[in-house]
This record gives sequence, structure tokens and C-alpha cells, in this order.
Amino acid sequence: MTTATPKYRELGLTDHEYELIVEQLGREPNDVELAMFSLLWSEHCAYKHSRKLLGRLPTEGERVVMGPGENAGAVDVGNGYAVAFKVESHNHPSAVEPFEGAATGVGGILRDVFAIGARPIAILDSLRFGELDSVRSRHLLDGAVRGIGHYGNSIGVATVGGEIYFEEPYEHNCLVNAMCIGFAKTADMVRAAAAGVGNSVVLMGASTGRDGIGGASVLASAELGEGDDAKRPTVQIGDPFEESKVLECCLELLEKGLLVSLQDLGAAGLTSSAGEMASAGGVGIDLDVALVPLREPDMEPFEIMVSESQERMLGVVEPERVAEVRAICEKWQTGSAEIGVVTDSGQIRILKGGAVVGEMPVEALVDGCPLYDLEPADPGEWIYGNRVTLAPGASAEDELLALLAAPSIASKRWAFEQYDSVVGSRTVRRPESADAAVLQLPESGNAIAVSIDGNGRRVACDPYAGTVEAVLECAQNLACVGAEPLGLTNCLNFGNPEKPAPAWQLDRAVTGLADACTALGVPVVGGNVSLYNEGPDGPIYPTPVVAMVGELPDPAQVAGSTFVAAGDAIALFGPFSPTLAGSELTKQRGELDVGLPTPDVEKVTNACAMVRDAVRAGTLASAHDVSDGGLACALAESAIGGSVGCRVDLQPLRERGCSPEEALFGEGAGGFLLSGERSALEDLGAVVIGAVGGTTIEIAAGDRSLVLGLGGAESAWRSLGERLA
Amino acid sequence: MIWGVLQFPGSCDERDALHACTLAGGEARLIWHEDRDLGGVDAVVVPGGFSYGDYLRAGAIARFSAAMEAVADFAAGGGPVLGICNGFQVLCEAGLLPGALLRNEELRFICRQLDLEALDALTTPEGGKDIERLSIPAKHGEGRYYAPDEVLDELEAKGQVAYRYAPGENPNGSARDIAGVRNEAGNVVGLMPHPEHAVDPLTGSTDGLKVFRSLEKFAG
Repeated sequence: MTTATPKYRELGLTDHEYELIVEQLGREPNDVELAMFSLLWSEHCAYKHSRKLLGRLPTEGERVVMGPGENAGAVDVGNGYAVAFKVESHNHPSAVEPFEGAATGVGGILRDVFAIGARPIAILDSLRFGELDSVRSRHLLDGAVRGIGHYGNSIGVATVGGEIYFEEPYEHNCLVNAMCIGFAKTADMVRAAAAGVGNSVVLMGASTGRDGIGGASVLASAELGEGDDAKRPTVQIGDPFEESKVLECCLELLEKGLLVSLQDLGAAGLTSSAGEMASAGGVGIDLDVALVPLREPDMEPFEIMVSESQERMLGVVEPERVAEVRAICEKWQTGSAEIGVVTDSGQIRILKGGAVVGEMPVEALVDGCPLYDLEPADPGEWIYGNRVTLAPGASAEDELLALLAAPSIASKRWAFEQYDSVVGSRTVRRPESADAAVLQLPESGNAIAVSIDGNGRRVACDPYAGTVEAVLECAQNLACVGAEPLGLTNCLNFGNPEKPAPAWQLDRAVTGLADACTALGVPVVGGNVSLYNEGPDGPIYPTPVVAMVGELPDPAQVAGSTFVAAGDAIALFGPFSPTLAGSELTKQRGELDVGLPTPDVEKVTNACAMVRDAVRAGTLASAHDVSDGGLACALAESAIGGSVGCRVDLQPLRERGCSPEEALFGEGAGGFLLSGERSALEDLGAVVIGAVGGTTIEIAAGDRSLVLGLGGAESAWRSLGERLA
Repeated sequence: MIWGVLQFPGSCDERDALHACTLAGGEARLIWHEDRDLGGVDAVVVPGGFSYGDYLRAGAIARFSAAMEAVADFAAGGGPVLGICNGFQVLCEAGLLPGALLRNEELRFICRQLDLEALDALTTPEGGKDIERLSIPAKHGEGRYYAPDEVLDELEAKGQVAYRYAPGENPNGSARDIAGVRNEAGNVVGLMPHPEHAVDPLTGSTDGLKVFRSLEKFAG
């Protein structure tokens, strides 16, 4: 005889968690309550395996306007304005249905930003797929890029940057992390806390359907596996037109001061937005599902409460202003319905036509989920595969060509040309013209720069050092455009935290993130955690995606990353001691192993400050950080982008103890490739290694010296598009 | 000179167009799609974006708006009208300009700074016929200009091809590299690339201002 699996287990709750729910309710939950608990107590909503770790992160700073816990973080940019930003993952939906998964990822992150009253001004995205020779990876890449473009282009928010890496461990579980930047008058911003007993709860935007039911628990909080096609109905469908209307509507409502508070409906739909608003405000909320506009007439109360239909917002409104709010919704041709009321009961009560169908204490629902300690264990060895793609004994020229053509390093023009990068008239630096995107803010009289980064392969080699490097790379990218960091957000994409190796990776990465941010003095103003990213072959590379926003005083004083004029001197700057550990070259040789040198954060921070000052003073012609593929690739990128060759000698790196290969292709934090007048570079303390000019890339590096025609280098670097055609 | 910029639900570039109009010279204000009255403006811009979500077909719903009825009257009276991207699609759907815009040849949205040749007197207030190259970004998924051959022949014969993509720059497979056309009187102009995104040296170029200023001579 077999016993049927209890329903709560199918919904992802453990026996212990279910017992806790019964204890807190004083009875067994009914179906509505069980559905709501199972979602809010899921990993995706409750952060039950990560919340304890996240307490290590520094969150305070002079410029912080909103920190973790709000829909998005925000920093002060002066003159009464603030910049809001957040990154969020939509990995599992994208792995099942890449177009809609990525599109709704963008839609969701936009809502997080306008929910606090900021107008979205830019999108960036961070994508990870399996190797490009996989049909599945090309399908996911194509769908995700089209989906991001579809949503961002249609709603009129510029996609200004991002990154894409291709690595075998993402084959089954791709990563789609979307970031949105918003701009607001600080005085107009709004928090998500419900307040004012007796105030009305108004649902705005699209109607509610059966799409995305259980997305947070079914998709986002469990491993992917066989039969994922059957999960396709849990992926939401996006409608950027609907969002465009609800966006303009909400911004008008906030500008007119008509909303007490505002919250978007994301994962777990009405359940989480109502729950979180009530929890943040220390109040109760009564909601009547019979008042929710539906796409289908016969939806059950639990379906209405957990539906993840997109393009919906929940506002709290004083009763006498409801008519005015609804009139503005009508002007924007978007829906509105008064579905509930703020109470002093401390309970979330769900009614259907006045009859109570569920009643739970807000505290139990939102904060009652047990938090777990991880049981981390260092696997002590390389737990991922190795694949040889570069023939042993290749010449230095062939190695450079192979690296430039590596999909993770090659130009991403194929992708970013599918995105509107200019709408909004703020984009001073478009993709691939500088190390960071630069957006002008005429209203506050300055500009911001944004960089997003996270090399999972290097984090896999050493989760601590790799994460520190990701933070430093962002800081270096900002320095290259003359920006000073104001704040950081992140999305932690890891495997199953209940397994010891991913738990160890997560633990070490969060410590690295905390240490690097503390040393840099950059507060973490928000974040997102995506766990259970695994395929049949095991976990993904641990991938903390880090996004940093910085300020620069004058958008006219921004260095590009490409060489400008023949005759300019080329110099190396910063505490850069590259090694082949975790490098793209080592990957192609199939020799990846654990271990990475730990960067000296203080020295890199000082170098960033000096580069930043030089850029602001206008003394540099170009500034580029040395990253994937090492100095040789950085040189090639600057040369190709500037349509001019270069001739350098890497002897100074040899003198730091680097082998010729390490000097050419070694990776590590702290390196800047600068060009400009020789005297300016020397004043900075940079080591001049050569000059811009000619039509070849000539690099002297002992017995690995190389000469490559600019044309050949460019064809390799621009080969991504034809390989995807 | 007062510019009016239409705003539909789903418009994206209306604020950028407003800004560009002021830089081109004059005042600018938004005109809500439900307004039948243009409020006495001297020129109208139908901006880019995805009016009404571009459902059914790009521009197909916007052409029925009250504001577009007013624009048709305004154009018939000789008033200058500039349609940009989605605005160009709307003007074609409304029959104010010949031809249609189809899906890009490669079936993908494309955003790229490219060179245009301004082919007729429209771009130079002096009435010159010189070909002038303009650097202006294009960004669209449905920008492949199409008209039957005999219509294209007639447009060329009458000098109604206002803008062509420079050789090698055609991003979407448009017939005869056509990027923009005008009506026979010359007061209604539409183009796919975005002059409102080429008005600031910091963001790329200022060539787009010439496109706006080319309409001034038709203003009342």
C-alpha cells in the first residue's frame, strides 16, 4: 500500500515547515492558505538559505537613499535627485521558455524600479549560456536576446550594457539577470509599506489570469530536470504595452501625490505584494478576490492569490482619492479595481464576495519561515569538467585569435544591436565604446556610469577571490570612465544550497562580496538570490553578478576604451600580476583547476582613484581594464575599436615575474591599459610599454612575441554574428 | 515656432522629440492622442515608439486616433508634419505618405548609428539640391520601406525620396535604400531613422537638427 504524497510537499514545503504553519495558525491551513504559505516560504521569496549570510554585507553609506528591503535600492546623485537600481534573475523561466522568460524578467525589474517612484532610464543584462556549439544554447541565447529587446525596446527604456558568457555548466540552466536603473526626484519616491487603517487597496494594470501559477515555488526554488516542458505554463507572458501604460499611470499618480504606497506584483503575485506591504507597515489587509478583474471567470481564490500575471501594481490610496486615482488609470487605458482595505488586525484576510476563505497572521506568512544554516564543505578539488579546444603547441598568434573569437570575449554587437540603446537621450557611451555605460543626467547636472560583471568560471576556481575580483572589475570599469562608485547591487546565482559544495561556494562568495565592498567603501543597496541552479550534471558555476553605479561630474569628460590616435603612448597601470589560473586560455587548454590569487583590494582601490582623476582631468586618450583574455586581448580590443594598430613590449610584466604567456594572456584584478601623451602617463606613474600606430598588433613577449594584422584580429573578434546566423 | 508632438499610449520617443524640437528652435508641447484640436501649433511631429502596442500592425490603430484626424486636416492645409519611425508608419497607414513599412529583412530589431543621404531640398533651407550626409541612429524591427515599382519610379521622378541610406548602410532591406519619403507638396515627411536622437554631440551627433529645421519653411 502506498500513501499519497501530502499536498504541502508537492508545493515544496518540508514536514517541519508544515508543522510550523499549523502551530502558528493553531489549525491546519486550508487550500488558499497553504498555497500562500508555500509561496512566501519558498526560497525565492523567503531567502531561507541565504538571509543569514546576507547580514554580512555593508549596507550603510552617506549617499544611500533606499537600502535592502525596498523594491529597489537608491543612491543620492545630488540636486535633489536619486538613482534607483536593482538586478533580478529570471533564470528558470528563461531555461524553459527563453523569449517570455527574459522578456518578463525585464518587465519585472522595471516594475521594481517604478514601484519606488523612479522613472526607468536604462536596462543592463547579464546572461550565461552553455557553449555556443550547443544547439540548445544557441536557442536559449537567441530567445533571451529577442525577449530582452522586445520588452525594453517596446517600452522605450534604453538597454545600455551587459555581458554574456558561455560555459558548459550553464548548458541546462542558463542565467538571465536583468538590471534596471531609474531616476527620480528624491522627494517623489515612495516606499512599499502599507499605512493608514481604512485606506483602500487598489489593484492597477492588467487583469489576473492563470499564467505563472506557482512560478516562485515550482520554477525558482527547485532544480531543473526532466519534464521541464511541462512547466511551460508556469512561465508568465509579458505585454510591454500594458506595462508602458501602467508605468506612465503610476508615475503620474505619484507625481500628484495620490498614492500612500506602491508595490509591484512579481513572484507570488498578490500574496507577496499584499503580504510584504502589510508586513512593512505593521498593519493588516483584507482582500476580496471577487473584486479582482479576471481573464477567466471561474478562477479559484487560491489561483487569484498566487497568479503571476504580469504588468500589475498594488497601491494604497486614501478612500476620498480613489475616484481620482481611477480616473488617471482610465486616462492611461489601464485597469483599476478597489480590491481591499488596510486594517489594524495584523492579519491577511482573503474574502470571496464577503465570505472569509483564508486568514493568516501577516507575521507568520511573511517572516515566519525558518531560516536555515548552510552546511558548507570545500570540495577541495575542481568539480566541473575540462574540455580541450585549443591544440597544444599553438603559436601565440593562433592563441590570441582563438581568445578573440571565444564567444565570451568576442564582440557582442550581434546582441546589443537588437536593443534600443539610445532612447531617452541619456546614453553618452553606447555598448563596447567604453568599459562602463554612461548616462547623462541634465536634471541633476552630472552623469552616472554603470557596470555589471561576474565571471563564474573564476568564482568556481576560488569563490572568495573570484567574487572580490568581480567587485573590483566593476570598480575598475567605473574608473575608466571617470566615475566614483556610489552603490552596488547583486544577484547571487548558485546551485542547490542544501548540498555542501554549492553551500560552500555561496558562503565564500558572500564573504568576498562583503570584504570587497567594505574595503572599497561601497554600500550594497539591494540584491537578489537565485539558488537551485543545477542541471543533470551538477551545479552551475557559482555566479555572483555584481552591478555598480557611480557618479561622474561631467559627461563630456569620459574616456573611451579604444585607441584614438597614432603616436599616443600606451601604458600599463595598477597592481597587476597576471596568472593563467582560471583564465580563458587555461579553459581552452582544458586545464582548469581550483585556486586563484587573492587581489589586494586596497592597492586596486588606490589605482582606481588615480585613473578616475586622470580621466576627469582629461589627460587620458583611452582607458580600458585588463580582463578576460589578459593584456593581449585588451590591446586587441582597444586597437580594433580604434581602427589603429599598436606596438608594445611586455618586458615590465616580465620584470614582475610573469612568464611570456602570463604577460600576454594571464588574468587578474588591478590592470589598466591606458593611452595618451607620454608625459601624462608617466606623471600618473604608469609604465609606458609602447605606442599606438600602424595596422598590426605587435607584442614583444620573449619567446611568445606576436604580430597580428588588425584585419585578422577584427574578423576573429567580430565572428559571433556569423556563427549565429 | 511652436511644435506639437503627438503622444499615444505606447509612444517611446515623445519626450526626446520634444527636447529635439526646442533645440531646433522654438517651443514644443505634447498633444494627447484623444485631442481633436492641435492647439494652434506650427508644426507636428508624430514620434517613434509602439503606439497602442503596435498590435495588429505598426501604426494601424494610431491612424484612427482623434489627434491623427486633426493632423490629416493640418497636413491638407499645408502644415508641416514629420513622422519618425513609428510616426512614419502611422503616416503611411493614414495615407498621408505613400508606401508601407515591413518587417526588417533579417527579421530582427536593429539599433545602429548610420549614414543617410538627404536627397532633396527639404534638408537645406536655402533650397539646395546637394546630397548631404547625416549621421543618425536607426532603431526598428519593421522599417523595410516597400512600394510597388511603379510607385517607387514616380516617387523618384517627383523628388519625393527625402532620405536614402548611404551605400552599404541599408539596415533593413528597404527598396532602393529608401529611408524616408515626403508627400508631393513636401510638407509631410516621414523617415525611419531618428533625428531626435541626433541633437547632442555627447550622445552621438547633431545632424538630426537639420531634419527638424528643414520643416520650418512650411510653417504658417
